[in-house]
Amino acid sequence: MDIVYAIWLRNIKRYLRSKSRIIGSLGMPLFFLLVLGFGLNSVVNLPGMRQGYMEFIIPGIVSMSVLFTSVFSGIQIIWDKQFGFLKETLVAPVSRLEIMFGQTLGGATTAFIQGFIILVLSLFIGLNITSVYGFLIASVFMVLIGLSFTAFGIAIASKMEDMHGFQLIMNFVIFPIFGLSGALFPIDSLPAWLKSLTLIDPLTYGVEGIRYGLSGTSQIDPLFSFVVLVGFTVFMVVLGAYLFRKTNI
Amino acid sequence: MNKIVAIKVENLTKNFNGFVAVDNVSFSIKSGEIFGLLGPNGAGKTTMISMLSTLLRPTSGSALVNGFEISTNESGVRRSIGVVFQDQSLDEELTAYENMDFHGRLYRIPKNVRQGRIIELLKLVELEEKKDNIVKTFSGGMRRRLEIARGLLHEPKVLFLDEPTLGLDPQTRNHLWEYIEKLNKEKGITIILTTHYMDEADRLCDRVAIMDKGKIIASNTPEKLKEELGGNVITIKSSERDKLYSKIKTLSWVKHVEPHDGFVTINLENAEKHVAEIANLSANNGITIHSISIHKPTLEDVFLHFTGRTIREEGASSKDQMRMKHRLRRG
Repeated sequence: MDIVYAIWLRNIKRYLRSKSRIIGSLGMPLFFLLVLGFGLNSVVNLPGMRQGYMEFIIPGIVSMSVLFTSVFSGIQIIWDKQFGFLKETLVAPVSRLEIMFGQTLGGATTAFIQGFIILVLSLFIGLNITSVYGFLIASVFMVLIGLSFTAFGIAIASKMEDMHGFQLIMNFVIFPIFGLSGALFPIDSLPAWLKSLTLIDPLTYGVEGIRYGLSGTSQIDPLFSFVVLVGFTVFMVVLGAYLFRKTNI
Repeated sequence: MNKIVAIKVENLTKNFNGFVAVDNVSFSIKSGEIFGLLGPNGAGKTTMISMLSTLLRPTSGSALVNGFEISTNESGVRRSIGVVFQDQSLDEELTAYENMDFHGRLYRIPKNVRQGRIIELLKLVELEEKKDNIVKTFSGGMRRRLEIARGLLHEPKVLFLDEPTLGLDPQTRNHLWEYIEKLNKEKGITIILTTHYMDEADRLCDRVAIMDKGKIIASNTPEKLKEELGGNVITIKSSERDKLYSKIKTLSWVKHVEPHDGFVTINLENAEKHVAEIANLSANNGITIHSISIHKPTLEDVFLHFTGRTIREEGASSKDQMRMKHRLRRG
């Protein structure tokens, strides 16, 4: 546990120290929130929902923030590989499992903080948190998204040689995961083929869970979302740990 | 466990998909020794260090480090060694102290011991005043010193230094050499270092092994190796190298003569007596000589003698080396 803590601590220190990264990675979610939220709020009528579009996408944007930060934190071990720091960790008498867990917890923590900042900023543009209980539910889902997608990033990083493939991963994996998740539109009104795609996307269950926590309504039963997301998290952590154990430096 | 032998390597081989980086190498290092692995880039030194520090698995053969077998007792080996890699391995976003602290936590050193020892070591490498500065702001020499201090934090029995002074200015190199000697004397740490600076090996090492193309081609104390060559070395620069070479080859008092790129080296006794003879010989044959120098054999000459090349003559261009490194990394 000491080792996991040491690696977690390093991640948090690096995160808190890079102010530009904190602010930089808030940019895109805020942009989406403001442009889409204000732009479409008056023209979009969500069928069967009493809330406005702005309120609808806030949970989506929060999960977007958590998603991007966590994948990026996971993929960061490529930098450690390239700049040699990973050697320092690998030559120490610690298991790779401990290193991977520390990295995952660190990434999930920073991702949660980024999502939380968006959540707080949203309070100024129309988010009403109905209950502490609901807020806690949303937090649980944010943590799960953070854990699963940091592990996802580590899994990818273990297979990658350098950062060249990063754009590829962003454009063809991460954006589709975000786009198909129902973060920006209600999944019930989608054509059947598209709806089934969103239902395979694990992030959908995260978005729906957060939405339930923040607004009290969701299109997927929150308990079901919880079970699916926990399953996905366990799967990703196991896969990430397996691939990281095999990675060469 | 044998306390006298710090490292024992037997028939160690590493084969990267057909490229043999380390070829059936055996040697042993006594406890308390400074042992140097010499050789040009690509000779297999770093691969050797990587295997001994458990980062690479050997293809065959065995090695004991501080009594622990490298392939079956990784954590025993890891607890016994400190490693300063050729490429920097610090976290640049953290301070010097935080880098040390992270290392201490990885090696499970209790907090009260850790704090005291970090300060003590930072003092040793003269970085105590900079302890709260971010490593990004450090010079190359400061980073190296910090890495050495870090490698010592868990009090290893054996310290690996892979090209410790590569790319440093002469003053910093001298400084580092003093530290390394001090560590070895005061703390009794066994040190194994790789280098392609012959003067570094000569100055620091109790014993050296010359590595070339994955094999150890000579191993002894620097003094013995130089003595084996004997007498003096005369180096003659001439544009008519081949002609000069064939003339000198016939002289009876020449022990060994070899042509190189633009110059010829001669091993002989009492060089002062014969140098005039050589000058006359070449004048009589119309060979132009650009310069003649006489010196005691250095490790450079030893290397030249055993490999037939100077260490700088190495064929591998920097591009080849990059490719090689890349290949090694992919392993």
